[in-house]
Amino acid sequence: MQTPENRQAMAAMVQPQQVHRDLYISPRLFQLEVKHLFSNAWVYIGHDSQTPKKGDYYTTQIGDQPLIMVRHSDDQIHVLYNRCPHKGTKIAIDRTGNTGKFFRCPYHAWSFKTDGCLLAIPLKKGYEGTGLDQTEAAKGMTPVGAVENYRGFIFARLAPEGISFADYFGDALSSLDNMVDRSPAGRLEVVGAPLRYMHKCNWKMLVENQTDTCHPMVAHESSAGTAVKIWESMDKPEGTPTPAAMEIIAPFMSPYEFFENMGIRTWPNGHGHTGVHHSIHSDYSAIPGYFEQMVEAYGEERAQQILGENRHNTVYFPNIMIKGPIQQLRNFIPLAHDRTLVESWIFRLVDAPDELVARTAMYNRMINAPTSMVGHDDLEMYERAQEGLAAQGSDWVNVQRLYEESENFDEEAVLNGTTERQMRNQFHAWLKFMTMTMPDAEPQEAAE
Amino acid sequence: MTDTLTATRADVTREQLIDFVYAEARMLDEGRFDEWLTLWAPEGIYWMPLDWNQQDAIHETSLLHEDQFMLRLRVERLNGARTFSQKPKSRCLHVLNRPDVDLIDNEAGRYTVVTRMTYVETRLDEQFLLAVTATHDLAWQEGALKIRQKRVDILNCDAAFGNIQLLP
Repeated sequence: MQTPENRQAMAAMVQPQQVHRDLYISPRLFQLEVKHLFSNAWVYIGHDSQTPKKGDYYTTQIGDQPLIMVRHSDDQIHVLYNRCPHKGTKIAIDRTGNTGKFFRCPYHAWSFKTDGCLLAIPLKKGYEGTGLDQTEAAKGMTPVGAVENYRGFIFARLAPEGISFADYFGDALSSLDNMVDRSPAGRLEVVGAPLRYMHKCNWKMLVENQTDTCHPMVAHESSAGTAVKIWESMDKPEGTPTPAAMEIIAPFMSPYEFFENMGIRTWPNGHGHTGVHHSIHSDYSAIPGYFEQMVEAYGEERAQQILGENRHNTVYFPNIMIKGPIQQLRNFIPLAHDRTLVESWIFRLVDAPDELVARTAMYNRMINAPTSMVGHDDLEMYERAQEGLAAQGSDWVNVQRLYEESENFDEEAVLNGTTERQMRNQFHAWLKFMTMTMPDAEPQEAAE
Repeated sequence: MTDTLTATRADVTREQLIDFVYAEARMLDEGRFDEWLTLWAPEGIYWMPLDWNQQDAIHETSLLHEDQFMLRLRVERLNGARTFSQKPKSRCLHVLNRPDVDLIDNEAGRYTVVTRMTYVETRLDEQFLLAVTATHDLAWQEGALKIRQKRVDILNCDAAFGNIQLLP
């Protein structure tokens, strides 16, 4: 039976300690997620350094919704549906480019200003007296519901009405702030192409994994554990410095106590982060000259405060994760109930030494590339789960670790770092934004 | 001992260079990874760029940029008891075009060989194919050819891939 599109049906699938497997394996629920959840939530689009000049554009998608991010003539970033209002042709095909002062559809040459407004139609006399100005086509390319540029990070809400950006993210923005503040200039720039890694699993598995602190020492024993073993067995002169690669991979093998003590913070609307007190990024070697640059820019006290935050993974619900200490953003782009495109982007801290971006690039390729050993460990688990959840023997996926009665997800909380509260927080938000635009229950049959 | 070992000047032929590239591919195809590790110079780097014509391996993301420590880790991981993504193990096949010998410098003991090939990797019911160009920068070291850098450019490097678990 098709899952009804109403609040009651959705709520039945999200219980306090477990969620129904259909959240991962049902094509119908995926359609509803695109229609409701990804429309009502604020979703990451791109970074404004990807479109530095007027007319620069970048194409992306939210679920199956094709989008263009473009810098308009007033220097503002606009986000438009990538669809000609005439016949539906995608206006921009390449991933990035410059369109000049206007977009021109490659099919019939309808043209649009970079804010989407219709500019011109060839042989326009053919529409005289037909009432074209009364149609959707005459409005031009449709903008998304709302756009926010937060310190260079562009987010969009597809729905025309809904929660404001500030209410949606609240104090969770402190992680983005910390990542940007790590630049002495207070600015980040995208570096190079993103890793693009296809995952044959549901997007939520990836988001949950970001705050799953009980898997690294198990799933990554094959890569991180082997690295530690080789390093320890090597003949090294006393005082040999630990190479950057070991600094990156060894902490994955930290014991449970390390992850328990590092802490998890959850914020309202499904956001949260691991690494409240310390994290796997805490013990990287200092890069010469960087601290001095930070002191010059911010003063010593503030510089120490910024660099003293070593948050591990911050999840911005629904589908991105950032790592402030290493300037990485991963975008879990849902393509189907069982297909997710993972893009891993890195950023340069403007005015900081190049060694920092070298470490960031190393982290990205070592941990998140389709050729990365750590990536192989993770994807194997997701794909096994995607196949395993077909099992009819049990309908539920457990998210119960350190569950407490009457958890209030509308309040910020800091807890033991191995709690699955952040996963529960995500499902609480899932239900909220999924059902925001749904009726309570199916309307009564007309025949009754 | 051959003459080349005692000579001050290397005397590597075009045929030896081509044979080397074929032998390397065969070791990977047959899973002789420990033997494969002996082909590398201590400073040798395996580089697989992420971007087409990428110039900077260090300050931009690459698919792979690994030194001898990382390659050894890769090989030991492939054989590990708890390497779940290799249960069952992947297999691969390199189908080589005739290698182009772009540089023979026996004075300096430096050589460059460029080889177009198709790379096939399989595990369970999945199989994928990559079209790649491998550039081997080789050096004559202690009486043998060693790899200083192997650069592998994937034709569709900007596409989204699933796991690539073995070595193109």
